[in-house]
Amino acid sequence: MQDFPILTIIVLLPLLSGVVLFFLPGDRKQLIYRWALATGLIEFLLSIVVYIGYDIDGDRYQFIDKFDWLPDLGISYYVAVDGISAPLILLTGIVIFTGVIISQRIDDRPREFFAFLFILATGVFGVFASLDMFALFFFYEIAVFPMYLLISIWGWKETREYAAMKLTLYLFIGSVIALVGGLALYFEAGLGTFDMLQLESFKFSPEFQKLWFPFVFIGFAVLGGIWPFHNWSPDGHVAAPTAVSMFHAGVLMKLGAFAALRVGIMLLPEGAQFHLPWIILLTLVNVVYGAYIAMVQKDFKYVIGFSSVSHMGLVFMGFATLTEDGFIGAGVQMVSHGVMTALFFAVVGLIYDQAHTRQIDELGGMAKKMPFVAGAFIIGGLVSMGMPGFSGFIAEFPIFMGVWQSHPWIAIAAVISIVITAAYVIRIVGSVFFGEMPEKFEGHVHDISRSEKLALGVLCLVLVGIGIFPSVIVPMVESGVQHVMTLLGGV
Amino acid sequence: MQTTTLIWLIPLPPILAFFLIVLFTNRNNRLSHRIAVGAAVISWLLSMVVFFTAIGKEHFGEQVFEDFIQWLPLGKHSSLEIGVLVDPLTAVTLFFVGWTVLMIFIYSIGYHNFGQPKGDDDHHGLPPHGATVEKDGKKQIVPSIEPMYARFFAFIGLFAFGMFTLVVSNNLLTLFVGWEIMGLCSYLLIGFWYGKESARDAAKKAFMTTRIGDVFMLLGISYLFKATNTLNFRDILHNEAVLDALAQADSGFLGLSAAGLIGLLLILGTVGKSAQFPLHVWLPDAMEGPTPVSAMIHAATMVSAGVYMVIRMFPLLEVGEISLSVMAFIGAFTALFAATIALAQKDVKRVLAYSTISQLGFMIAALGVGAYVAAVFHLFTHAFFKALLFLGSGSVIHGMEHGVYHTGNHEVDPQDMFNMGGLRKKMPTTFWTFLIGGFALSGFPLITAGFWSKDEILADALAHNPAVFWTLALAALLTAFYTMRQITLTFLGEPRTEEAKHAHESTRSMTAPLVVLAVFAIGAGWIGIPEHFPALGGIIPNWLHDFVGGTLLHNPETLEEFDMIPLLVSIGVALGGLLLGWLVYRNVSAGSEDPLRKPLGPIYSLFENKYNIDEIYNVLFVRPAMWVSETFTYLFLDRKIIDGVLHFVARISFEIGAFFRNSIDKPIINGFGDLVGFSTNKFGHWFRRIQTGRVQQYMLVALLLAFASLFYYMVALQP
Repeated sequence: MQDFPILTIIVLLPLLSGVVLFFLPGDRKQLIYRWALATGLIEFLLSIVVYIGYDIDGDRYQFIDKFDWLPDLGISYYVAVDGISAPLILLTGIVIFTGVIISQRIDDRPREFFAFLFILATGVFGVFASLDMFALFFFYEIAVFPMYLLISIWGWKETREYAAMKLTLYLFIGSVIALVGGLALYFEAGLGTFDMLQLESFKFSPEFQKLWFPFVFIGFAVLGGIWPFHNWSPDGHVAAPTAVSMFHAGVLMKLGAFAALRVGIMLLPEGAQFHLPWIILLTLVNVVYGAYIAMVQKDFKYVIGFSSVSHMGLVFMGFATLTEDGFIGAGVQMVSHGVMTALFFAVVGLIYDQAHTRQIDELGGMAKKMPFVAGAFIIGGLVSMGMPGFSGFIAEFPIFMGVWQSHPWIAIAAVISIVITAAYVIRIVGSVFFGEMPEKFEGHVHDISRSEKLALGVLCLVLVGIGIFPSVIVPMVESGVQHVMTLLGGV
Repeated sequence: MQTTTLIWLIPLPPILAFFLIVLFTNRNNRLSHRIAVGAAVISWLLSMVVFFTAIGKEHFGEQVFEDFIQWLPLGKHSSLEIGVLVDPLTAVTLFFVGWTVLMIFIYSIGYHNFGQPKGDDDHHGLPPHGATVEKDGKKQIVPSIEPMYARFFAFIGLFAFGMFTLVVSNNLLTLFVGWEIMGLCSYLLIGFWYGKESARDAAKKAFMTTRIGDVFMLLGISYLFKATNTLNFRDILHNEAVLDALAQADSGFLGLSAAGLIGLLLILGTVGKSAQFPLHVWLPDAMEGPTPVSAMIHAATMVSAGVYMVIRMFPLLEVGEISLSVMAFIGAFTALFAATIALAQKDVKRVLAYSTISQLGFMIAALGVGAYVAAVFHLFTHAFFKALLFLGSGSVIHGMEHGVYHTGNHEVDPQDMFNMGGLRKKMPTTFWTFLIGGFALSGFPLITAGFWSKDEILADALAHNPAVFWTLALAALLTAFYTMRQITLTFLGEPRTEEAKHAHESTRSMTAPLVVLAVFAIGAGWIGIPEHFPALGGIIPNWLHDFVGGTLLHNPETLEEFDMIPLLVSIGVALGGLLLGWLVYRNVSAGSEDPLRKPLGPIYSLFENKYNIDEIYNVLFVRPAMWVSETFTYLFLDRKIIDGVLHFVARISFEIGAFFRNSIDKPIINGFGDLVGFSTNKFGHWFRRIQTGRVQQYMLVALLLAFASLFYYMVALQP
């Protein structure tokens, strides 16, 4: 099994499939959708294979594939997964599969849409799997670039130009800053390689680490939506078409957090120890601020957008505690939040497709017409408010435990967000799904199709499954976190 | 079968019922309620088996039933578990939860008008409005069945699952799981009639308010887990080394010990769940839900869960000293505070809601003065008589609704006690059982259960903290007074409205549970008669004390000396309050004011308006929160400042671009470019002159150039 280049297939298959899509006849929409669905399904299944095949007691990195790329510069194509990235690969598989299903109704140039979506997927898989820093940056840019097209062409007409531009600028500037940091690492080490494992074992001087850590960490964290560089994200989420929002909030934001961990914290542990104690204040703002803003939004999709900012703050907060619990929680939260947000955006999209509005005041009584959607949203809502029995609790409980150990005051301030989250979730459940249904929707809003139910069902299943059987994920994440803790010189 | 297996099974039937009803039988009302009641019966039966097995064991406190499995591994050294535990405290709790839950399930069948026709104009999310039927050729309006009948049974099934899970769990985390499930159910059930705005608001309020307590409790749990690496009750609470370590450890927080801080955080959870001041505001509004919900959630189980949790954690709170003082204060204050509000309420259910808050205050205060057994005892008796009173009030409301259907005057509020009167003749079973429940609540001496438990609290309070004692004594006086006010206004005297005249006794499925609960409202007190009690003491051994006391590491001491003062005070306030209540309210005639309004004046309005706490919170918390979110954070900080900076940078960039274009690009670079172009042109014109078109001239020029280069090479490149 280990000889079979499964990771490489996962990474490159979407790109290949996307290229093939360009050669399919553009008017055969059914064919294009089937092709996309098949690709999504294969990716989903392969990611499950990787997840299940990952041996917790085995080597730290598994499913390794390595080829020289530009040997003169020490650049290689080097992929593998550890206990933190394997769940993220699965997450991406889930989101790509469900995202394709939800995009079934895309009518405008579906061929190009799916092609770009798959190129994006290659970038995402590549970042999660790369052990070569150059390759990581390379895939990172591949992931960011198609977003611009996807949003500005297929996005919501009102704001797509603005949002796409804003998003692209933020992310490129972030990645340039991170790239500068990355190059500094490369030259300082002088090993002539971008291999992150070798860079990891190189002892950078404390001064160097303190100087360059903020570049790398914040540069990547922009994509994770860290305050005050979060503003691209709600606007971007709202303007993007449904599947792209799912991908974007569900997976892409994790790229930022993941790369900040992999390149920032793991290569510059002393820098992390020096800087994260103040960065945790930024994450606190993220958590509470995002929740507050979500509470007063009038547009359903903006509520989810800002809730995403709030929940991603918890991931960074988990990192910033520099405790084992915090990292475990953050690792689980990346998956939990990814699936949950994908579910939320799918729900928003399904409602918008039929009701043609996202204004909370204008909606109502949707549960009657779409009971399955309402049920799915309620499950997502329970996850987001950290209800035990759902994945959100499994993620947030360790995070709060970690924060409590390192910064009790911050823990107390941050739990406020749980209350506010409950407030906005309840508000949406109450006014969008229950209450009176406006007359005009009668006859216009129908229940969703069976395949859409399947997509929502898969997402819900993951959220509930992790909540009830946390041991399907926690030990795996923990095995990855152990290594991070060793690098940090703790435990 | 192993007893532990039975314990694992206790919570499961109701959750099964929930799924069965939601997924399969939700269109079949009869089958749905059979599944739900059947599940309640199985859980009840299992609880009883476990209870009687437990009390049959010698020294049960040391050899408890416990079993667990690993659930969430965290780090190398610790993991969280799911497990069950039955110790004496659990056994007693299982007993009252099993009974009250079962009674409430059965009662709900009648309450939701099973067997009645579908309403003429009933909608999902609204209470039934009645159906027109033809009887003997005459049209008549009769009660109609609840439109979401099956759903109700599904929800209370889920709720019962939460409660049983909480009671049998062996660690704080599973307890929290049950706790949150109940919070959720409470939201679903208070907002059951979601078509009513008031119900939606009440549901939101309940959920949000208790959630504030919950998050702090969660922090307390996190801290406890971090400090001890376990959340198992026995490992923490039955282990002096751990308790000592927690008491010694400095939390680094306001100078509290770890135990003290954890205790305070956990107490905050209870303050929310058990509706203690200042988080009590949700409970009265929760009366918007159907009455069985009020009985179940807001009397017998969910709010009891809050008290149960602090009773459970008592050894930890004890070593964290400050926690006990805080509880004594909050409990005593709430007991009196809520009792004064209850004096001026008109709604039959709201009086009971405030009385619940007040009685929970008694229990918290009891724990605060260290009276562990007394708190358990009152929790036990209160569950029975308060469930009885709520179900009784539901029966009264039902009877009044009957009257309303008869007269067709929907202006009359069937819950307003001033519209009632004289119902004892119309509804005898309801009356007698309500009377028993009311007397138990007032602490009517010797025969009622409430007397024994309240007396024990008062006795312990006097021994440890006289201030708490006098506060509670005053609260007890008020309790007896408002209870008698309620009984008198509702049942005694003459009917004050047409509707009350045509009230009707409820069906058997509603009255039978009342009778069963009434038996406990009297008998439940006999298990805890103090040994030194004059005459009666020692006839029946003080079983409760020995049994429940065994839960703790050290059996708590009974009071050595029997003190007559608390006994006399307790008898005095109960009888005095009851008598006063009757004297003041016996002659209230139709349409007249509350006789207390005049003498009390503005104080009465203050009571009636619940000290305006809702309004104060609105001004202090709700509106500022909205302002902070909307105006400050979103519109100002996010959109103005952060986006503003971005847009500013963008504009500056454009300006810079424009500057480059207009000031540098165009005049200088472009100018240079233009210059180059222009010169080339000139040169071309000039050059054209030599383009004569004559070959010989070209040859000549070429020759000249060839020579010139030859010359250049020869001269310039000579070494």
